[in-house]
Amino acid sequence: MALPRIPLGDGVELAVEWVDANFGGILDLLSMVLSTLVGGLKDLLLFLPPVAMAAFIAALVWGVSRRNLKMATGTLLGLLLIESMQLWSLSMETLALVISSTIVALMIGIPVGVLCSRNDTANGVITPILDLMQTMPSFVYLIPAVIFFGLGNVPGIIATVVFAMPPTIRLTNLGIRQVANDLLEVAEAFGSTPRQKLLKVQLPLAMPTIMAGVNQCIMLSLSMVVIAAMIGARGLGYQVLVGIQRVDIGTGFEAGLAIVIIAMVLDRITRSLTKR
Amino acid sequence: MIPEGRTVKVKVRNLSMIFGERPEEALQHLRDGLNKDEIFERTGQIVGVYNANFEVTEGEIFVLMGLSGSGKSTLLRCINRLFEPAAGDVLIDGENILDFTPQQLREVRRKKLGMVFQNFALFPHRTIIENVAYGLEVRGVSEEERLSKAAEVLKMVGLQEHADSLPSQLSGGMQQRVGLARGLASDPDILLMDEAFSALDPLIRREMQDELLDLRDKVNKTIIFVSHDLDEALHIGDRIALMKDGRIIQIGTGEDILNNPADEYVAKFVAGVNMAKILTAERVMNRPEPVVLDNSTPEAVLRRMIKYKKSFAFVTDKNKEFRAILTKEGVKEAIDSGKSLQEILVLETTIVPPETPVTELISLVAGCSHPLPVVDNQGTLVGIIGHVALLNALTPGVVENGAA
Repeated sequence: MALPRIPLGDGVELAVEWVDANFGGILDLLSMVLSTLVGGLKDLLLFLPPVAMAAFIAALVWGVSRRNLKMATGTLLGLLLIESMQLWSLSMETLALVISSTIVALMIGIPVGVLCSRNDTANGVITPILDLMQTMPSFVYLIPAVIFFGLGNVPGIIATVVFAMPPTIRLTNLGIRQVANDLLEVAEAFGSTPRQKLLKVQLPLAMPTIMAGVNQCIMLSLSMVVIAAMIGARGLGYQVLVGIQRVDIGTGFEAGLAIVIIAMVLDRITRSLTKR
Repeated sequence: MIPEGRTVKVKVRNLSMIFGERPEEALQHLRDGLNKDEIFERTGQIVGVYNANFEVTEGEIFVLMGLSGSGKSTLLRCINRLFEPAAGDVLIDGENILDFTPQQLREVRRKKLGMVFQNFALFPHRTIIENVAYGLEVRGVSEEERLSKAAEVLKMVGLQEHADSLPSQLSGGMQQRVGLARGLASDPDILLMDEAFSALDPLIRREMQDELLDLRDKVNKTIIFVSHDLDEALHIGDRIALMKDGRIIQIGTGEDILNNPADEYVAKFVAGVNMAKILTAERVMNRPEPVVLDNSTPEAVLRRMIKYKKSFAFVTDKNKEFRAILTKEGVKEAIDSGKSLQEILVLETTIVPPETPVTELISLVAGCSHPLPVVDNQGTLVGIIGHVALLNALTPGVVENGAA
């Protein structure tokens, strides 16, 4: 006996169409803001000649890692390798996409994490949504992103934000909740307002955990912007896609290697920041 | 019970505190006479404090004492509303802070109520001086002013060189000095101290207790101190409230509690205390006898000694001012050589003030063949202490007989 089919898929489709029809203006505005952000960042990253930019990033790593020469040298060599593979421009576009997605994900994720830590009801509602966001196959996000924003970088960023945001929310929430109760009592006993308590005690003490969330967010963004090439996002992901379509192992490998190098550089920078 | 003529700083009236969602239910059961355990079984509510009443006067050190779980820390936290009482009043300078809005409550906490915590609870991400300045910072005092005030308080606790260290770089004793400095920085009238010295090792603890007593004299703070340590309570407390199962069983000075325990629990609680530490000369001395006036004749003095079957006599003038101790041999000698009493009055003995602790008396009495005269600051002979009186005092249970 066949069970009646519940048209969940049709429902989602209807909802997406409804949003597209009624909030077109807002979506267009969002699209404009995001493409300006990515474009600006890309121009900024390509402002210097590749070798100079590589040296600049290596110097940045050296600075934030408290003068770790090995790490800085590794960064420089990795970036020069990217340039010698003639993938510099695409890499910088990928980096611009990652940074844009991370900025948006943190702008939403950290405040939502703070909200979850302060309000058990909000936490109870948001946690299962996060579970859903993290377990749903990432390709599924690509579909509504395309419907709302067409093809290109912007839907890629949107799908990336949805995929990369959950750890930021979770770790911000966790970090704040882990602050020792006696320190909160101190803040209370000396007459702190709730805002002072958050800014002077909870957030500074939660910072290492929040930074771990930021690191996770960046790494997930990087993996997602590659997948987002399937809906027209530019950068190294596109090159990987080309490699797959032409069954060209060399192209695919080189692009993949460039992604790994970028991931390592970003990871070292954020981890060094966390340790402070 | 309250020292006369001093202002009441903190007054706690019929205060109860229940942990749980339905405090009214638990309170009703309490009024019906159920105990803490029965209420937990029936309602799942935990009684923190039930019907506490006390007053603390300006400049007093008031100790809340009891075993863990007796509700002493809970009661302390009701005084600055870190815990919200289920019933009762907390009056600070006559104002009931339970009626205060959050804004008013913050004002009171910022200006009148300092607090020192058991495990120091310093902010690990702030330097020592920033920790001390925290209270001033949330009050909105300018950076320059709060740092200079914090430096001043740090100096008072002797840690000015560590101003820019992080808490993790300091020892436990130093950290608690910082905790104390933080509590004092905003110059509150009232200091709430929650087991403030319990985490310190005994020698440092004693040192901190003495520093606290000094501090109280210097800056005239009213201090409410939570402790589970009876020795500590007796040492620093002007008065002590003994708690059990959320109730205050007895309030009084250390001596009151030791000598007149309100019930068997208190008696058991204090049974282990070292009597020598708390008892003073005044509590153990006997009535001086025989006492003779300094214008008597040596013959009259000898007759008094024989009558009292004593080999010594205490000489005073007619205003009861102490002059000397005479021994039987000395008096006999004076009679033989025909001297007057005035000529043989030589003050050749140690005299002790009434507040001398028994610990110090032991060696004095042991090294002396006659009882020691106890002389107050007007010079009046108020009592004497002999071997027997001292031994009685140190034997628990017979203290009353030993007292004058």
